[in-house]
Amino acid sequence: MSKANRNIVIIGNGISGVTCARHIRKKDESAQITIISGETDHFFSRTALMYIYMGHMKYEHTKPYEDWFWEKNRINLKRAWVEKIDFEEKALIFSNKESMTYDVLVLATGSKPNKFGWPGQDLKGVQGMYSYQDLELMESNTKDISRAVIVGGGLIGIEMAEMLNSRKIPVTFLVREKNFWDNILPLEESKMINRHILEHHIDLRLETELGEIIGDASGKVKAITTKKGEKIDCQFVGLTVGVSPNIEFLRTKPLESSGNNKTLQTKRGIIVDRFFKTNIPDVYAIGDCAEFQEAPAADRKNIEQVWYTGRMHGETLAFNLTSDNPVPYQPGVWFNSAKFLDIEYQTYGFVPPVWSEEYESLYWEDDGGKIAIRFLYGKSDMKIKGVNAFGWRLRHDYFDKAISDGWMFEKVLTHLNKSSFNPEFFKSHHKAVLDHYNKQKGKSLKVHKMSFIQKLIGSKA
Amino acid sequence: MKTIQKIGLLIFAFGLLLFTLLPFFGTYQLEKGTVEANVKEIHSEKMVEVLSPMFGKTYSSNFAFISDFKSYFNAYNDCLKANQEWDKVIWDNYAFALTKASSTGPVSENPFLFLGITVLIGVFGALLYILPLYRGQTEGIKNDGIFFSSMKSKGLLGMITGSWLILFYIVLYWFPEYITNLVLMVDPISVALSGNPASQWFLYGFIYTLAIIVMGIRMFRKYRGNAYQTIRTTSVMFFQLAFAFLLPEILVLMNMPWHDFKNIWPLDYSFFYEYRIDGMISSGALGMFMLIWGIILIVIGVPLFTYFYGKRWYCSWVCGCGGLAETLGDPYRQLSDKTVKAWKIERYLIHGVLGFAVISTALTIINYFSGFAILGQATDQLHSIYGFAIGSAFAGVIGTGFYPLMGNRVWCRFGCPLAAYLGLVQRFKSRFRITTNGGQCISCGNCSTYCEMGIDVRWYAQRGQNIVRSSCVGCGVCSAVCPRGVLKLENGDEEGRINEMPIIIGNNSITVKA
Repeated sequence: MSKANRNIVIIGNGISGVTCARHIRKKDESAQITIISGETDHFFSRTALMYIYMGHMKYEHTKPYEDWFWEKNRINLKRAWVEKIDFEEKALIFSNKESMTYDVLVLATGSKPNKFGWPGQDLKGVQGMYSYQDLELMESNTKDISRAVIVGGGLIGIEMAEMLNSRKIPVTFLVREKNFWDNILPLEESKMINRHILEHHIDLRLETELGEIIGDASGKVKAITTKKGEKIDCQFVGLTVGVSPNIEFLRTKPLESSGNNKTLQTKRGIIVDRFFKTNIPDVYAIGDCAEFQEAPAADRKNIEQVWYTGRMHGETLAFNLTSDNPVPYQPGVWFNSAKFLDIEYQTYGFVPPVWSEEYESLYWEDDGGKIAIRFLYGKSDMKIKGVNAFGWRLRHDYFDKAISDGWMFEKVLTHLNKSSFNPEFFKSHHKAVLDHYNKQKGKSLKVHKMSFIQKLIGSKA
Repeated sequence: MKTIQKIGLLIFAFGLLLFTLLPFFGTYQLEKGTVEANVKEIHSEKMVEVLSPMFGKTYSSNFAFISDFKSYFNAYNDCLKANQEWDKVIWDNYAFALTKASSTGPVSENPFLFLGITVLIGVFGALLYILPLYRGQTEGIKNDGIFFSSMKSKGLLGMITGSWLILFYIVLYWFPEYITNLVLMVDPISVALSGNPASQWFLYGFIYTLAIIVMGIRMFRKYRGNAYQTIRTTSVMFFQLAFAFLLPEILVLMNMPWHDFKNIWPLDYSFFYEYRIDGMISSGALGMFMLIWGIILIVIGVPLFTYFYGKRWYCSWVCGCGGLAETLGDPYRQLSDKTVKAWKIERYLIHGVLGFAVISTALTIINYFSGFAILGQATDQLHSIYGFAIGSAFAGVIGTGFYPLMGNRVWCRFGCPLAAYLGLVQRFKSRFRITTNGGQCISCGNCSTYCEMGIDVRWYAQRGQNIVRSSCVGCGVCSAVCPRGVLKLENGDEEGRINEMPIIIGNNSITVKA
């Protein structure tokens, strides 16, 4: 197919779809680009939805680009819900029965909150938190309530707890696992966050599972029971037990009569190869809704559901759609970040919740219990593999290089003051961490010092 | 809100209300002796003659008094003007001095009592509200509910506050004779500090300093745990109290010219005016020091410090306007306009004001050294235009009055010529930048929202680009509110400071130029 004047249609105006559209436009002047979304008119930062509820920002503030940006870059925005796709005719059919054709289709439909078939999960006042509509729903569902229950100890769960806390709504937080987010975080880190949650007067219930959700006569939630049999009165239930690819509308009406290649291949998500190609020509999938046939790297999952990977999918696909030499998606050193109430979290490289014999770890925690750092390094090669930091900002470029180039862990440790990204005048803990290591190992490594002049003018040299 | 805080707010509101109503109380009586004591000797005889119908009369309000004063005084001047007897016209404005001296009400008798039940009780109430803020809460960002607040998001309370401030500035600058009661309250303090009775400017400085201190304490509460904010706030509180308020008054006590050693031309736009230069030159060694120090700051201080630390060394650490913006103005920082359009307007305006200040000062200096042969008194006209339009209307009425409407840095962003000068250095020759931390940005928008200078910080952060903008005053709030640790104010090597085509880290498939 000729690349000139292609009609590229992207379903979904989240970070993946929008990044893809922007990067296509940078390299292809002639393509017609259309982004379709039923959620909002313009791209907004999904991760910022919580701040709207908390009154830190208005919806307007969450839009990364001003409204004129789209017209200026000739990216058409269409507000509509796609009901089904006719892959044979290369046409989209909208819920209002209008239709639109495409030459190239990019599916970037994101996720939707999981529901695991609990009794009462569809009652009024029970919801997940993913979309702008969810935010509006939460706004109305939490008016004048006296208690909320959140089910699921992950990132969205703790964010929802923080949202409710900001409105002084008492929260009971049910976590199935032994500790908060302990399928990702090592034990000490999980326990630190447990303590911090309690410090915020959130009623954290570890190893507690939802039994059923009980409604009143009008179909509104009035209580839940736990599997342990406890009943908790509440008027709101937040279901935050993960998200799944939002592909139901694609699955419902497979056009079976027209042959196998016209049925989109899906498992949990839309199956794609390393070039984001689906089984149907000219149809691609990126972001939360895509499921790789094979994981893109040893420490990566088949479905990547974070902001940063969504962005990288968009960048890579845009490159491939505008280049004669497509490249496979190849993510670099893993990184992620989050904020647990007041404690910021950053991670670089490989730090699983538990690790095998071939690794060793150094964990240091401040006496106040809100600052911590963990390094994972090879037992035999002493090379740094990954780092978790809490209440301690680290330089991304430094650790990206240190981990990909396999720097010696002890070198990283003695240069911790250089890799810190904390604001000026913040108390530095690099010496305490080194002392901790020296004590553990009976060593006497010394901190790489900066001169007074270097400190005075802030030289990093 | 705790009960004690509610009581505090009520007490503050009471103090503010009384402060606002106080100008309307009291009686006024003009005597011959009062006129003689308060006008220049050359005007004494004429003024006594002109105002003699007012002598012995008791006025029950300042409005009646000032109205009579103006009608007699203007009638005299208008007559002369009509006859083109320009040299006989009395150009001095005696309205403030005579109204103040004629006040016979309770305020002049009990200044401390009235200062106590207006300003001091207001401070007490404000502290009752502020000190318990966030007590029992963990350290962290305290922005909950800001956009639900009527005061902080242009609601009714914000509008009322803005209107009050605008009105206050208009009266202060152009109608000070109506607030002589307020000035009388601080007379004893002024006399104790400088030996002179208070002017409206002393009152203004007094309230200004109190505002920075009280709201500075609020900053300590709000940003508890953030060392950068705490130290920076301490710095602006110190410079306002010591350098802008106390030291100049003490200088006056020592028969020196009133001088603020941290104020720098062109913000201090009158620095090169004839009366200032003459004042400094005629004040011995200290006077010469004032002159030389002032010039060193302009020529060496600004470029040198800005090279090493960015303009923040001044704008958010030292400056008085910045000090008020960072303390009293902090609740309104999220109201600044972040659009590209606003940025465009900003660049025209601020550099326009800088140009105006430079040209008007250059003409002044040339004229001064030519012994006023070139332009005569024309520079005085220029000064009064600048003083009215920029010094008073822009910096005061709009600069502060618009806090609750357009954010707390309206003056600093759109008008301050010194900020423009510092900004040019910061943009083109400085080690300061806000570093973006690789690819960690999630485009949430907290940084842009809380940028008081209206910089769309996110625009840069999300493309992995460092923020190098002439307007950044280095308040550090973008870095504080960032939930992912993406932003860091720092000084470092110039190489790599400006990365026009950044590469976002983390994707090895392609090197993406944002």
